[in-house]
Amino acid sequence: MSGGTYLGMPAFPEAARAATRDERLRGNLRHATHTIRDKRARAVAELPDWAELRAAGAAIKDRTLRHLDGYLERLEEAVTAAGGQVHWAADAAQANEIVTRLVLRTGEREVVKVKSMATQELGLNAALERAGVRAYETDLAELIVQLGDDLPSHILVPAIHRNRREIRDIFAERMGDWGRPAPEGLTDEPADLAEAARLHLRQKFLDAKVGISGANFMVAETGTMVVVESEGNGRMCLTLPETLISVVGIEKVVPTWRDLEVFLQLLPRSSTAERMNPYTSMWTGTSDGDGPSTFHLVLVDNGRTDTLADEVGRQALRCIRCSACLNVCPVYERAGGHAYGSAYPGPIGAILTPQLRGVDTALDASLPYASSLCGACYEVCPVAIDIPEVLVRLRERVVEGGEATVGGTRVRIRPARGHAAERAAMRAARWALDHPGALRAGQRVAGRMRRLQPRRLPGPGAAWSRTRDVPPLPPESFRSWWRRTRGESGEAGR
Amino acid sequence: MRVALFVTCVNDTLFPRTGQAVVALLERLGVAVDFPEEQSCCGQPQFNTGYRRETEPLVRRYARAFHGYDYIVTPSGSCAAMVRDNYPRIGARAMSEGRDRGLASVAESVVPRTLELTEFLVDVLGVTDVGAYYPHSVTYHPTCHGLRMLGLGDRPRRLLEAVRGLTLLDLPGAEECCGFGGTFAVKNEAVSAAMGADKARHIVGTGAEAVCTVDNSCQTHIGGTLSRLGAGVRPVHLAEILASTEETQW
Repeated sequence: MSGGTYLGMPAFPEAARAATRDERLRGNLRHATHTIRDKRARAVAELPDWAELRAAGAAIKDRTLRHLDGYLERLEEAVTAAGGQVHWAADAAQANEIVTRLVLRTGEREVVKVKSMATQELGLNAALERAGVRAYETDLAELIVQLGDDLPSHILVPAIHRNRREIRDIFAERMGDWGRPAPEGLTDEPADLAEAARLHLRQKFLDAKVGISGANFMVAETGTMVVVESEGNGRMCLTLPETLISVVGIEKVVPTWRDLEVFLQLLPRSSTAERMNPYTSMWTGTSDGDGPSTFHLVLVDNGRTDTLADEVGRQALRCIRCSACLNVCPVYERAGGHAYGSAYPGPIGAILTPQLRGVDTALDASLPYASSLCGACYEVCPVAIDIPEVLVRLRERVVEGGEATVGGTRVRIRPARGHAAERAAMRAARWALDHPGALRAGQRVAGRMRRLQPRRLPGPGAAWSRTRDVPPLPPESFRSWWRRTRGESGEAGR
Repeated sequence: MRVALFVTCVNDTLFPRTGQAVVALLERLGVAVDFPEEQSCCGQPQFNTGYRRETEPLVRRYARAFHGYDYIVTPSGSCAAMVRDNYPRIGARAMSEGRDRGLASVAESVVPRTLELTEFLVDVLGVTDVGAYYPHSVTYHPTCHGLRMLGLGDRPRRLLEAVRGLTLLDLPGAEECCGFGGTFAVKNEAVSAAMGADKARHIVGTGAEAVCTVDNSCQTHIGGTLSRLGAGVRPVHLAEILASTEETQW
């Protein structure tokens, strides 16, 4: 029951092409993204100071990232003083190794999990399984994904690609393999599906001795961890087990409690379109006789320090994983989350993944191009990440290479393969555009030959004309018309 | 007031009537307009595809061509946005790479003078009723860069509402991208076509005779999609509507 894997996935355009032809997927995504999108717009419109909150969120994150080393050390001190143990992981392999070792040391072979993007990014469940540990996802949508041997396709609602009929079938067929089976005669009514999940998960919560979570925020001044959620499964996993292991990216730190005030307004309205999320769990180390008696914090880098080194790209580290950008993205809506080939789909994934993983594979090199640069993502981002700006920056890294930080070292990376023809065409176009005389001559030839203009273009142009007619060439370009009617030097310019 | 037309390479080559419409419109409003022939392309295709350094000569060319003009007016939201948002970035990057040779300052110099057509009409000339007559039903698609990067707001709509004879029909999902996106249209052909199909369906659903934008690059995609479908809806640039009068149907 390993679930899916992102390894060896095709480049974005191919995966997206398949998705655009899946009518059921398109329908599920259209319905879900438009519903959340509209709700978010209403929730945000309620706040007269949204623009100020957004600017404050961006500023707090930027300042924290500038002094990240100091805040992380302060956090470590505070967590340790409160009875927790802090572990540092440079990459996914190290993080998985640390967590696996911590779990095995308890003697337990089962863990319950709070929904966590970091552990998805690391592939923790698969690593635990290789060590003989079963990890149970307890978030409803993550449960659907896990039972269906599937992959998450959205940050907030990982099973957004499934409709309730599909979920009913997954529950009916698979719950028994993982624990308490679904009730007989399960319908696809949302209340029935939720009840089946409650009954199935209740047993897991009561049996679990080890819980694994991520965190939405970590407060440096007190060492306090914060998890926000909607279902109460998080509260269960964070309080019932004896051992709690939190796996968190280093960019999740905020300096003070006061800073939380901003993010606890920005996040729920952007994410679930709620004024306040139903459950906000906060804990500081361990407390005698209350909650887990052992607390481990695993701080994960996994490409974040390298990302921080890029002046344009570093703004991606402001992300609070709200997924508002996914819900407004016209590309995500049609391609679905799986095409992005990582735990982070949508516009934010298109700028995070190539920075965290690099642009070495065909898939990762295609992600910066998975956008029409329409800017809807930037408009809704609660921490003002200019996603189009970063996409263009990463496109340059793909086609031209250049300086980047990889594994903490400044290196000169080579352009990705497969762009030679494009580069030549871009240079040729630039040359012609920098020589208006040549441009005019070309336009004149094209104008004379326009009766020969094909309806379908050959070569790379076919990708245009398969679905779109080519506009008819005019008999005369604007500049020829101007010269003919207004004279050599534009003497109409009085 | 010295005013230059930046016609853009797309309009120059494929849609000269849009450029001619801008000239006719501005002259009707009493504005003399120049066309500096040294101009070519803003460099957006290169820049947005990742070839930033290829755009540097085009930034210099743009600044040279439009030197000395008070206003550079262009009938393209995305080309205006390229100049205003990205030229300063290109200059700053060149400077940080030690290859500036004045690029940053010439890039900055064109930013405040470059205006999209509707900005020039509404903000500089202070007109919304340009005396146009266009007896057709029209739906308006706000193109992304004009909408989000330039913040054109309701300027195009106010201009359209003042056109006599014109029936303006609301476009559902108007603010959603049409799927053009420059090289995105060919690099991600399937998603681009899917976005275009949805946009076309919304346009056809309005029952309008024509779909209007301020960007002929997006119109190439929208119009090409509508034409392939045999939808019978005409793509038309806002300038051509505004240039139309009882005497001159554009």
